[in-house]
Amino acid sequence: MTTRVSVVEDILSANDKLAASNRARLDAAGVFAINLMASPGAGKTSLITRTVEALKDEFRIGAVDGDIATTLDADRIAAVGIPTVQINTGGECHLDAVMFQSALPSLPLDDLDLLIIENVGNLICPASFKLGVHASVLIASVPEGDDKPYKYPVMYRGVDAVVLNKMDVLAAFDFDVDYFRQGVEVLNPGLAFFPLSCKTGEGLDAWLAWLRNEVRKYVSGDSGAHS
Amino acid sequence: MHELSITQSVLEIALRHAEQAHAARITQLNLVIGELSTIVDDSVQFYWDIISRGTIAEGAVLHFERVPGVLRCLNCGHTFPLNGEDFSCPRCGDRQVITAGGDDFRLDSIEIET
Repeated sequence: MTTRVSVVEDILSANDKLAASNRARLDAAGVFAINLMASPGAGKTSLITRTVEALKDEFRIGAVDGDIATTLDADRIAAVGIPTVQINTGGECHLDAVMFQSALPSLPLDDLDLLIIENVGNLICPASFKLGVHASVLIASVPEGDDKPYKYPVMYRGVDAVVLNKMDVLAAFDFDVDYFRQGVEVLNPGLAFFPLSCKTGEGLDAWLAWLRNEVRKYVSGDSGAHS
Repeated sequence: MHELSITQSVLEIALRHAEQAHAARITQLNLVIGELSTIVDDSVQFYWDIISRGTIAEGAVLHFERVPGVLRCLNCGHTFPLNGEDFSCPRCGDRQVITAGGDDFRLDSIEIET
């Protein structure tokens, strides 16, 4: 005889619980963490090195770099002079709370104000796996095309800020910034939007001001509500 | 693709609940998958057939209930299905919308033999 047993359990609940414990660990050490997500080549590592160079005298910064293989990105970040931990996911398409947790003991959390996590380059999967961070940032770039928010709504939804990188090559592409921005904002009313170029530095100040403000708000006790 | 680890989670949850109910066999799993979750059900089925081998869930049928993505207009409160191209509200035309459904990815129930 067959019986039905009610389960009603989220498949990702184990990850979500672990994310909450990561978050508690960061909060105990007073570290503001951001999760940078983007497709491969959008400029995650470039934005990190630019950001660290600009803010490292103000904040104590660390980084976690997620990649399927190699330490190329982590080496670039470590070269800027901050503690960096590489996570090689061995083929997994995203970082999850377990991988992030395993990286935490390798970081001097008590001596950090800001932890920047570079997720695996992928515009689909990282959105589903919470890590336990305070803010999520999506980096898009002009060559990807202005329709990406419409094609990847899951990724764009729920982020706190969108950076549009490679604005220096805008003239070479049929990229309608207003159309892109509309698609981004429609699922994220009120989100922060930063068109910039990591190469020329144009537009970086607004991004840095936003991040600086978020970290200061957190350090002064007014922490964010995201996970 | 991350369906392997996802499918392992499905199996763990199902086996845990089956054990609590003193099941001899799991014959069916009823999963709910939202359009906005990033799960491909064919892939889950593929891995399921492999990883359930040798467990009391071997041979269990996976039943997928698909839930569409739903948006809600912040201006007029209208809810409407995600159509993939245009997110604006079909009733008032406003573009300030949020997602209101379709995130689901859960195991609702299992069918067991005791």
